[in-house]
Amino acid sequence: MNRKSQRNFDKVVKLTVLTLGLGLVLLPIWYMIITSFKPQTMIFELPPRLWPQVWTLKNYIAALGKDKFGLYFLNSAKVAVISTLLTVLISSMLAFVFARLRFRGKETLFYIFLLGMMVPPVMLIIPQFIVAKWLNLFNHTGLILVYTAMNISMQTFLLRGVFENVPRDLEEAALIDGGGPWTIFWRIILPLSWPGISVVIINTFLYSWEEFAWANVAIKNSSQRTLPIAIALFQSEHLTEWGQVFAASLVALVPVLIIFIIFQRHFVQGISTTGLKG
Amino acid sequence: MRNKSRHSDIIPALIFLLPGLILFALFFLGPMAYSLRISFFEWKIVHPERSIFVGFENYQRALSDPIFQRAVLNTLAYTVITVVVKMILGLSVALLLNQQLPGRTFFRVAYYLPVITSWVIVSLLFEYMFNGQAGLVNYVLKDFLHLIPKDILWFADEYLTLVPIILLDIWKGIGWAAIIFLAGLQSIPAELYEAARVDGADSITQLRYITWPLLGPTTVFLVVVLVIGGLNAYVPFQLMTNGGDPLDLTHSVLTLMYEATFGRLDFGYGAAISYLLTGFVFFISLIELRLMRQRAD
Repeated sequence: MNRKSQRNFDKVVKLTVLTLGLGLVLLPIWYMIITSFKPQTMIFELPPRLWPQVWTLKNYIAALGKDKFGLYFLNSAKVAVISTLLTVLISSMLAFVFARLRFRGKETLFYIFLLGMMVPPVMLIIPQFIVAKWLNLFNHTGLILVYTAMNISMQTFLLRGVFENVPRDLEEAALIDGGGPWTIFWRIILPLSWPGISVVIINTFLYSWEEFAWANVAIKNSSQRTLPIAIALFQSEHLTEWGQVFAASLVALVPVLIIFIIFQRHFVQGISTTGLKG
Repeated sequence: MRNKSRHSDIIPALIFLLPGLILFALFFLGPMAYSLRISFFEWKIVHPERSIFVGFENYQRALSDPIFQRAVLNTLAYTVITVVVKMILGLSVALLLNQQLPGRTFFRVAYYLPVITSWVIVSLLFEYMFNGQAGLVNYVLKDFLHLIPKDILWFADEYLTLVPIILLDIWKGIGWAAIIFLAGLQSIPAELYEAARVDGADSITQLRYITWPLLGPTTVFLVVVLVIGGLNAYVPFQLMTNGGDPLDLTHSVLTLMYEATFGRLDFGYGAAISYLLTGFVFFISLIELRLMRQRAD
């Protein structure tokens, strides 16, 4: 009996600590949400309130109606979705080679790919700018190709770990049935690696949805802008209209949230299958 | 298996490798090499053929430039503080989330929320919360906790500017560290803990002799990735300091690189800064990986 109440006490303490921590974590997000519903005159009210006296939708109406917000949103969605699909496909093909096929120089090639995890993406902006100028890629195709190239290393590394954990006996069966590498990759490895692929989807969608530095130099034409650029410009143009900035920002968060909620079920399990485990 | 050892899958391998290899060569390896070349020139972006070869001059200029040195210090301080704090808090959250508690899934998703927010958005958010006149933080510190006598102008001071930047990174990064630790924790066999309990080991002992050693590879992976991320900090510095305000004292290495390159069109100098940073990142990563191998042996 004593032991049981001790354990219950333990649980309560732990839950309290978790909840307090969560309060701190969520406070900035909450503050952003309520600011987006405050009228402009209350943005710098003293004392700052965590529950607005007056709620208004004006910020949303103004922000969404302004500066082709809808267009920027669609631009971002297009770039992020295509980059994600391309990265999943290319990285899993590479990872399949490194996890399953054998040829000379494989390890060396793998380490060359790993270089991509160490080099700062921003550092490559100068030469990528030159390549893009040479290939006429100051457009969405340029964004997609660069985002995919910048994600390949890390995601290939993760997926190699995932694929190595798929039992080999299944492949032997496919080989006996006359299946080639493509069959094994497409019919066996990919379907069994879904949790790991979820991790890759979340990682790359997030990256391409929020990327700022490359989009900032590569997109000159204002109708091709993506959301992060639009929001940053929006803030510097409308300096103190924080309500509108946050209204736009919150709308921009919705797709990421949806992707995360869809794929999060597999998330922790997925990370364990990537071979990062202890 | 032995008779298979001479077997080679080079043909299918090439087909699978080709798309990735082309993309990687065009937008990663090629640019890497080209950037190295640029760093040895006084580079003319409009007329590259008129660029002047200057040897290591760009590198020397960077290393002897006080603004660059300051940017290095800022970046190092930022990296060390954020990595240490994120590791400690991330592990704590993971240990708590790894138990049979009600609402586990909710906590896990909620702690991860800051990770999926975009850097641009949360940089602006922290700028607003740390506003000098009527920001939430000043209000809490001054009128609520009475810790400071008057409002602090966070973004007007060369050192204080780093406070919101560092807090932002910690806030945004705890969830990621916690999830990676959690994945590591869940792969530790439960039998080990049962055996330890039978032998009468308390939870501190279990943490010291089972959890911590078995989390070794996870910890090293996290340190490597977090340090790389920290040294490459760009967006929060760029947005919260307007690229180095006040007086170019608050640059990170990459905001300085960006300004040199795209602000002053000094491409050679920017490329040299990039290579100095990459060399350093590479060096640090090698040391960390070496340490990991030692621990594993």
